[in-house]
Amino acid sequence: MVSDTTLQKAELTLLHLPDSTMTVRLSGEWKSGRQLPQGEGFRRQIESAGMVSRITLDTKAVTGWDSGLIIFLLDIIEIGSEMHIPVEKEGLPAGVQRLLVLASAVPERKGVRRETAKISFVDRVGDSALSFWRSNLEILAFIGEASVAFMKLLVGKAQFRTSDLFLTMQECGAQALPIVSLISILVGLILAFIGAIQLKIFGAQIYVASLVGIGMVRALAAIMTGIIMAGRTGASFAAQLGTMQVNEEIDALKTLGISPMEFLVLPRMFALFLMMPLLSLYADLMGILGGLIIGVSMLDLNFMEYYHKTRESVLLNDLWVGLFSAAVFGVLVALAGCLRGIQCGRSASAVGEATTSAVVTSIVSIVVAMAVITVVCNVLNI
Amino acid sequence: MEMKKAEPHIVVQDLTVAYGSNVILHDLTFTINRGDIFIIMGGSGGGKSTVLRSMVGLLLPKKGQVLYDGLSFWSAEPEEQKRIIRKFGILYQNGALWSSLTLAENVALPLQQYTDLSLSQIKKIVSLKLALVGLADFEEYYPSEISGGMKKRAGLARAMALDPEILFFDEPSAGLDPISAHLLDELIIELRNSLGATVVVVTHELASIFAIGSNSVFLDVDTKTMIATGAPRKLLTESKDPTVINFLTRGEGRAQEVIR
Repeated sequence: MVSDTTLQKAELTLLHLPDSTMTVRLSGEWKSGRQLPQGEGFRRQIESAGMVSRITLDTKAVTGWDSGLIIFLLDIIEIGSEMHIPVEKEGLPAGVQRLLVLASAVPERKGVRRETAKISFVDRVGDSALSFWRSNLEILAFIGEASVAFMKLLVGKAQFRTSDLFLTMQECGAQALPIVSLISILVGLILAFIGAIQLKIFGAQIYVASLVGIGMVRALAAIMTGIIMAGRTGASFAAQLGTMQVNEEIDALKTLGISPMEFLVLPRMFALFLMMPLLSLYADLMGILGGLIIGVSMLDLNFMEYYHKTRESVLLNDLWVGLFSAAVFGVLVALAGCLRGIQCGRSASAVGEATTSAVVTSIVSIVVAMAVITVVCNVLNI
Repeated sequence: MEMKKAEPHIVVQDLTVAYGSNVILHDLTFTINRGDIFIIMGGSGGGKSTVLRSMVGLLLPKKGQVLYDGLSFWSAEPEEQKRIIRKFGILYQNGALWSSLTLAENVALPLQQYTDLSLSQIKKIVSLKLALVGLADFEEYYPSEISGGMKKRAGLARAMALDPEILFFDEPSAGLDPISAHLLDELIIELRNSLGATVVVVTHELASIFAIGSNSVFLDVDTKTMIATGAPRKLLTESKDPTVINFLTRGEGRAQEVIR
């Protein structure tokens, strides 16, 4: 074979023969990615050529081809059929002819092509309102089922493996300590730092201890732990349950008459319900430690001063409110994670969506719950 | 096998299955006799597995009934449904083993759920079932540590844990090499003969269909309903429907198949 380093340009010549035959002569390298003549140009030439009764193809001068040639030929065939001019394929290489047959012979299955009918604005609003309503019903049903399962747990009738409970407690309890320590100390530091700048103006640096103490114990420790657990544990619950859904593991449970709610959701919910107050208590201490570091190092307070001020200003009620909030957040994070996991579709991307949605749902519900708790405590003077 | 008079075990009546408003298959009516190996066949994406989901209680049908021994599953009370489900053994497409449990624990869970057997008795049954599918040495393995074919066999061991009256198989040979698929087919026949179970298999593997099927239903993708029912070999020789013939002869037409 003669190797030709200078690749020839793909070219197209039209010969209008006296018997009204249009011969399309192709030459050169017809490969996609190069400058290939377009079907539209061919159409214009045919239209301006006058009387054409048939189109023949001559590819003897083509030195190389790939899909680029096939696409061009399909264009020509389509243009021919639009203008009711038969296109003769005899002049084509055998391989090209076979590919053309394959490309045009695929039978289209009914209903396969997506309907792209435009949906009116009103329809879309209606659809999203209905799906919003349905998703709320699903959430309510899930909460209801979870409550029933919890009752069953309290009377000792729930079916789950205690080893699962302890494993989950370890995962969402002890293993979360490092990240909770880091975040809580930093939050305590930040709180003390911001407070210090303002309080120093009035010479009231000592109140940094109250600010950090009450802030952490009553609300911030619970919220920060809740958010950490939403990102860490809630997402992992959603991913675990979502993957189980994809693998038909949840179906397998159902067809054994085992309730996924009791077997999968309950141990996770109960574990977080137990662990969150403990983590929150730990976060309280860490936050206060953060405040202390600023107090001692920047505000010239001494350790005992800070300690006494904290003891004096933080009431037991603050602690109860904080721990109660933490338990509520634990249940919310577990519910959101498990709900999104169970609702997960049957594909890998659905698992990703489930985890994202779990984190968003958890964080939103934590903030809403905190607002409700704060208002209620305010009304009850707690 | 001794010839017995055909006795209906599962009856599917006017079944229409749908996801939301999207109807997958409509108006299916067929009867599965006790001891049959019944094949649900049809092209890919035709809703075979969806029918199975409706039969085993995972998907509420839009219309119609599934009767077990004359008792309608979907209109039964939850307690009654549980009693019916207790008779099932199901092998899911990829085994669907619970990933947080070892193989032994997977097989043991149904036993713990439904029987009052002692731990040592359960352990013996678990060893037996795993040995039956050739996984005797893998009791302490987790599903993630074994191959796809082994997962399927372990899934089968779990499906057999409660000595079910009805075994459902969802694409048993999918993803298996020809030899493993053949062994699984033989195992299915063996189980039917020894347990006397009724077997329902969803598949499109022709080799399996002809090797094990004693009766079948053909679901058509285009018309979204059943277009033939009968023994697969009989359908091959007697069916007049071109879609069925095409499917059973891999699109080669009947002539070639008859010559073979």
